Amino acid sequence: MIDTLRLTAEEAARLVEAKEISGAELYAAYRAAIDERDPELHCYLHVCDDEGGEGLPIALKDVIGTKGIPTTAGSKILEGYVPVYDSTVASRCRASGLRILGKTNTDEFAMGSSTENSAFGPTKNPWDPSRVPGGSGGGSAAAVAAGLAPWALGSDTGGSIKQPAALCGNVGLRPTYGTVSRYGVVAFASSLDQVGPVARNVRDCALLYSIIAGRDPCDSTTVELPAAVELPDGDSLAGVRVGVPREFNEHEAIEPGVREAVQRAIELCRELGADVGECSLPHSVEYGMPCYYLIAPAEASSNLARYDGVRFGYRSPAGRDRLEMYERTRDEGFGDEPKRRIMVGTYALSAGYYDAYYGQAQKVRTVLIREHAAAFERFDVLVSPTSPTVAFEFGARTANPLAMYLSDLLTIPSCMAGLPGLNVPCGLSAGLPVGLQLIGPQFSENTLFRIGYALEQAIGFDPVPGRLAS
Amino acid sequence: MAIDREQLLHVARLARLELHEEEVDRLGAQLNDILGAVSKVAELDLSDVPPTSHPLDVVNVWAADEPRASLPVEEALANAPERDGAYFKVPPGGS
Repeated sequence: MIDTLRLTAEEAARLVEAKEISGAELYAAYRAAIDERDPELHCYLHVCDDEGGEGLPIALKDVIGTKGIPTTAGSKILEGYVPVYDSTVASRCRASGLRILGKTNTDEFAMGSSTENSAFGPTKNPWDPSRVPGGSGGGSAAAVAAGLAPWALGSDTGGSIKQPAALCGNVGLRPTYGTVSRYGVVAFASSLDQVGPVARNVRDCALLYSIIAGRDPCDSTTVELPAAVELPDGDSLAGVRVGVPREFNEHEAIEPGVREAVQRAIELCRELGADVGECSLPHSVEYGMPCYYLIAPAEASSNLARYDGVRFGYRSPAGRDRLEMYERTRDEGFGDEPKRRIMVGTYALSAGYYDAYYGQAQKVRTVLIREHAAAFERFDVLVSPTSPTVAFEFGARTANPLAMYLSDLLTIPSCMAGLPGLNVPCGLSAGLPVGLQLIGPQFSENTLFRIGYALEQAIGFDPVPGRLAS
Repeated sequence: MAIDREQLLHVARLARLELHEEEVDRLGAQLNDILGAVSKVAELDLSDVPPTSHPLDVVNVWAADEPRASLPVEEALANAPERDGAYFKVPPGGS
């Protein structure tokens, strides 16, 4: 009997290698778990059949283009779209033997923090199905938490890997910008989008990162990793300099239960030998959100111009001439959130407003980069809560877009600076997972894995949702 | 800075979005809230700060100019809503 709720990818690989289980049995176990639990949770938008082989199964967020497998980005405007080529990350997964279990749910075009913006209905949090799994990559995070995949890929623009990982109690890495190819991935905001791994523990996360990372000639923004990915195995933090930025840890939006769990994790850093010190990044939290919600919509308004009903995706039958066809197609095909962002972005880029909005936001981005760089002169890593709150109830933030945007208050600043960030579960608050965010300088993934692993061992978090454990 | 109904419809037209009456009211109010919040960036005096368009220090990435096969026509048209032979077909006029 394969217990998909507890099996790690590393252990699954060992069992297959030792021929204790076959690849077919492993894949079938996850398919059975999907059949049993996904009707309630709705992690998957599309489930695949086993193509054979002995590699591990994997789930891919539905913004990741997969040849011959529908790819919708959670949008009606891409319903029925079947890519004729693989994204580089999908082909890297396939080349290393990984077998695709299915495509996971996402807020439409990865725009959102709860999966409530998916055109195909939300995913439910495996810890409490009356609550959201976070977003946009709530499908991938919930699938891993509920044992419906050993690991998964997500994508992160302003927190879409880290925040759902925090709300679902798993480990998620937003890699350094440029270390993972975006080729064949549905574009949202190209100077921010990064694909990254979601896993049950830090070692699995590092292993999956090693499979997808590296330069891709098809994406000129990618670079070679300066050092090979190392699987962490040490439990000491001796000599590690841990910075605690006040603005990220004392913000009024942070719930008391989240604050307490994160403070305990910071205390553990001390006990494990780290040098812990306070610091200040005065503009990053306060100006990060406004900066992000200008730059990301500006880039989105340009990227989403391609959905015009001409070459692929939905076309409205109503348009009598070409202009009307474009307008009707986009009105009927896009949901509210992409429309809001297209409108904000188009406005921010339009003549007369460009300098005040987009141009100014680009300068704020420089300020955020400089603030983080200054902090990394003193510290190896910065820690804070990943999300100010635990998983919230459905409908709690849908009426007010700005309330939803605050979900990513603490994840956005480092995304703007192109920095890697790792979510590590650090405890429960009222029975729901709390996530610790570790931020490092560019290309510091090995450091984040090492610190994350040591903390993971010391914290001893059980990633299996209580209501599913039996 | 508030955006009025006329500006909203102008921006929608630029973005090739047809908005229904109900959407004009609802999205209009939300857009004003969002623009109010993001206008916070104007508080900072950043006249001496250069803009960032890209977070990595990568400039002029060149690729060898080597011919290779492109997507076959049938595959390129596989997802077309409507086609005419080897072409994408669209309604006439309207620009």
